[in-house]
Amino acid sequence: MGWEQAKDTKIVTKNFGVPDSHKLSVYQQRGGGQAFRKAIAQQPAALVDEVKKSNLRGRGGAGFPTGMKWSFIPKGAAQVYLVVNADESEPGTCKDRELLAFDPHLLIEGMMIASYALGCKHAYIYIRGEMMREAEIVEYAIEEAYAAGLLGKDQPTAAGSFKLNITLHRGAGAYICGEETGLLNSLEGKRGWPRLKPPFPAVKGLFQAPTVVNNVETLMNIPDIVTKGGEWFANLGMGKSGGTRIVCVSGHVAKPGVFELPMGIPFKNLIYDVCGGIPGGRKLKGLIPGGSSMPPLDASELEVPIEFDALGTDPRIKDVEVRPGVPFDMGGGRRLKTMAGSGGIVVFDDSTDVVALCARIMQFYAHESCGQCTPCREGSGWLARVCKRVARGEGEVGDIDLMANIANGIAGNTICALGEATAWPMLGFLTKFRADFEAKIQTAQKSTPATKVAS
Amino acid sequence: MPVEFSAQSKARVEKALAQYPNKQAALLPVLHIAQDEFHHLPDEVLELVARTLDLAPAHVFGVITFYTMFHREKHGRNELMVCTNVSCMLRGAYDMLHYLEKKLGIKAGETTPDGAFAIVEEECLAACANAPMMICGNQYFLDLTEKKLDVIIDDLRKKWQANNPGGAPGGSTPSGRTPTGPTRTLFGVPPPGDVKG
Repeated sequence: MGWEQAKDTKIVTKNFGVPDSHKLSVYQQRGGGQAFRKAIAQQPAALVDEVKKSNLRGRGGAGFPTGMKWSFIPKGAAQVYLVVNADESEPGTCKDRELLAFDPHLLIEGMMIASYALGCKHAYIYIRGEMMREAEIVEYAIEEAYAAGLLGKDQPTAAGSFKLNITLHRGAGAYICGEETGLLNSLEGKRGWPRLKPPFPAVKGLFQAPTVVNNVETLMNIPDIVTKGGEWFANLGMGKSGGTRIVCVSGHVAKPGVFELPMGIPFKNLIYDVCGGIPGGRKLKGLIPGGSSMPPLDASELEVPIEFDALGTDPRIKDVEVRPGVPFDMGGGRRLKTMAGSGGIVVFDDSTDVVALCARIMQFYAHESCGQCTPCREGSGWLARVCKRVARGEGEVGDIDLMANIANGIAGNTICALGEATAWPMLGFLTKFRADFEAKIQTAQKSTPATKVAS
Repeated sequence: MPVEFSAQSKARVEKALAQYPNKQAALLPVLHIAQDEFHHLPDEVLELVARTLDLAPAHVFGVITFYTMFHREKHGRNELMVCTNVSCMLRGAYDMLHYLEKKLGIKAGETTPDGAFAIVEEECLAACANAPMMICGNQYFLDLTEKKLDVIIDDLRKKWQANNPGGAPGGSTPSGRTPTGPTRTLFGVPPPGDVKG
């Protein structure tokens, strides 16, 4: 199906705007609960197959196929955990917060189905510490579900008796806890340091037991996949990405917001049709396609559809380079374009100081590096300092190569993906907006008094 | 002197412990409970948490210092968390931050002398479509302007003063939730008095 045909389909935002949508009674009036009843009439393995068929891919950023992730859980494990990653902190992303506030019962139903499919008896929601209001809403929803006997009570199913407990666990301010193994350590009462993989969480996760970590939006798609079928969901999407996609558009657009849109809508249509274009008569200079860790696109790359595979492979997107003509190697000769990431799209117009913007991104990653791996701990700080100095107008000849070399030295050399999250945008900004960096440095050189250079 | 949890906090701790297969996993919840009651986590509170969960104080220290929301030092009761990350920056977040700094006479990272406000420059707070924004307690303040900030600060100050009759600070948390422990005086005396907004 093309994106035009699916443009009115709402899956995860269908209850947005309904008064008291966060209450169980409203959720049930609107058909909530049917999916779980249908699910427990089936065998767990059939549900995993249905999710595989749906082409649902993880909405947290990596886009990993959800059904495949579920199928990695060893059969017959005594204890399995499901953990919901609600630690939304990727700059530019504001979808999970709204999903939690508007429809917590859809998440709970998704968790119940997933837990039944996986054999999980106790599921955790790891919610970002700063989201106090959302934590109160979700806590209230969990209490309602317990009171209604949906949680904490044995229920007959096709595979025997099933009982689920859900615990809301609040984080305390650390971006790195959004990384799934950092999250698991944090949930175990430790510093949120990412773990070395393998073993992957599906083998040894929370409390050393097989664990699935899924994003909020991912799980909220599950009830409709069960009710309407995996094939329906797959057909809504594009290529190997099923369903709809939530995008959070911010920055320089007339109508910023969180929108559930068809998978594969091109950036151009999103910005000019859905978001009302660029205000103030200015022109678009570029955008960040999926949270600040993704390499940016420039104004010539807006025809590309917003879909996981397209953003990584579409020939209309230029390869990220270490130096002009030298593409960045992701390992095994793989080229980097960009990724759909978390759906956080940040648009910036031609009045933007892109060097300052890039410096702010580097400041963020330097602040959030957990400190375990030297390339990331030191490199992110160097990048932030050098990029800031260029932004301030004190850049030196050679700073561009310096930043590119540092970034290239971080990527691929760290335990978790925060290394890439730092290096990719740095290299991406240098590739797409090199002229802005060069202009800043040239101006700095001209304005430096000769005596200062000599000394 | 060793401190103890109030009866309410103890009940919350018990409830938290029941959620996990071991005591250590309850560390973040118990630290939140402790900070709700004592407002920050000095050594004696750290030791109380360690004792409660049978953990080494060094482990608890390591965890507290890893997370930005846990405070070892006394901290302004109204914590103004101003996002300056990309989406907010593009829409004037630094102007908002500097306006607040000027208005309250403190820099980001500092607390006002009366203990009423702290300004924190925050990373992305997931409300990018309503930039610039800030959080105080469980309240979101979206699409900020200087005028809006004037109203917000006046309002928060009035509430804070109402919760601190006679100027002895130690009232409710900024979220408006009832404090979980007995009223305490943590910020020394200087009463809010006639502070002008």
